[in-house]
Amino acid sequence: MLADFFYSIGTQILRALDKAGDFAVLSFRAICAVFRRPFDWANLLRQFAAVGVNSLPVVVLTSLAVSAVFAVQLAFGFRQFQAEGLASQVEGLAVTRELSPVITGLMMSGRVGSAMAAELGTMQVTEQIDALECLATDPVHYLFVPRLIAAAIMLPLLTAISIMVGYWGGYLILVTGEGQSAAVYAEEFFRLLIWRDAGIAMIKAFVFGIIIALVGCWRGYRTEGGAEGVGNAPTSSVVISSLWILISDFFLTKMLLV
Amino acid sequence: MAVINHEKSVIDVVDLSKAFGPKVVLSNVNLRVHEGESLAVLGGSGTGKTVLLRNIMGLLTPDSGHVIVDGKTVHKLSRDELFETRKKIGMCFQMAALFDSMTVEENIAFSLKRHTNMTRSEIGFRVDECLSMVGMRDTQKLKPIELSGGMKRRVGFARAIALKPKILLFDEPTTGLDPVMTDVIGRIILGLKIELGVTSITITHDLKSAFNIADRIALLFRGECIACETPEAFQKNPHPVVQQFLGGDADGPFLQDPPPPKRALSKT
Repeated sequence: MLADFFYSIGTQILRALDKAGDFAVLSFRAICAVFRRPFDWANLLRQFAAVGVNSLPVVVLTSLAVSAVFAVQLAFGFRQFQAEGLASQVEGLAVTRELSPVITGLMMSGRVGSAMAAELGTMQVTEQIDALECLATDPVHYLFVPRLIAAAIMLPLLTAISIMVGYWGGYLILVTGEGQSAAVYAEEFFRLLIWRDAGIAMIKAFVFGIIIALVGCWRGYRTEGGAEGVGNAPTSSVVISSLWILISDFFLTKMLLV
Repeated sequence: MAVINHEKSVIDVVDLSKAFGPKVVLSNVNLRVHEGESLAVLGGSGTGKTVLLRNIMGLLTPDSGHVIVDGKTVHKLSRDELFETRKKIGMCFQMAALFDSMTVEENIAFSLKRHTNMTRSEIGFRVDECLSMVGMRDTQKLKPIELSGGMKRRVGFARAIALKPKILLFDEPTTGLDPVMTDVIGRIILGLKIELGVTSITITHDLKSAFNIADRIALLFRGECIACETPEAFQKNPHPVVQQFLGGDADGPFLQDPPPPKRALSKT
């Protein structure tokens, strides 16, 4: 009874370590492969479109919604002690430092990471990845690298757009709704910010992009067992990458925000 | 007609064993394929035929034993050397495994674009040549989803021969096709063999095409190779499993679990 219990715990731990090791090895191979010839420009451009351009509507809408609702809460909160003027300062701080990078990261892990996992998973179960191997092409090089580069470049750009949209989301509520002056809002929004904050947001987004692409590709590449496996790959990719985005966000904030 | 060079073996499978967990799929399989020879590997479902091919391609690592392709031990090669060896092998998958996001033309041109310095027009010409070899001219712009099963296989063949490989491996090229298409595929394989003079291994459980295309026939049974000889000798092989396979009878040593007796099924 007790032996069974320890046995099952041991198996779970070993399986988790096995997965972590597998992920580490594949990630290392993918990062090394970035610098290897031949470079597939056509594929990279396609990924730029898939990761970046096609994600614009989602990023714009979610950033608008989140920044607007945050402004509503701030306006309400600061009204309690007659400090409405502070709402726009805190809005600027929150949008730039946390909301935009994290919301963009989470949305992209749902939109892009899951698509990568599903696409590679389908390729795996229909033997297309084996076919790549047989055509003397390294699947890690051919499939992972364009996705990794596209996500690492596009996530910071999307985050920048998200910050801009966040500015207008706050404007919508605090200026149009609460009747603050537009000129004051424009000044107050940036009052607590320095350029370093924008840099931190970009670094966060860059790291999130790498997490999304590597986890999505890894889950897809390791898909087994037909339709059910293909169904599980995007789910586990979204869960794992969202978790790591939130965890790494905490540590990045702790490390960078001195 | 392709000439078989009996002096030189291109593929050497030596004492190959492979198990997945407790299930032993291949045990001590020995096969030798000479240059220019065409070998058909027969066997029931789940007897490790595909696993054999995957070991030859280096997609799986054997538990013991080894495979020598063109003088090199496959599972001991570095990744770059392995890719160099794979360029000499054309692999045709059971379900064709075409890249479904690409057109037929892009599928066939894939390895040409990556591994040769051919110009765009040279590649176009070679794609055309490969397609006409498998009787699929003027399908360049179609997507794999628009093709039938037999057409997909043939495009798969065209993709496999694009780099002019020395070795062709066919994984159940006729499974799931109607008898006429089965014969068409058989003739294409025979045609490729004669035109290109390649060494080939064809995995199948279709006896007719096996006898048509093979110089030698091997039979896998419970992970072991129990016969490997010319079609004539194979037909006369007294081994009960061979005779049962040739006769296509459910009663005999071939199946692990005995089938329901005939009498119980027939209406009396």
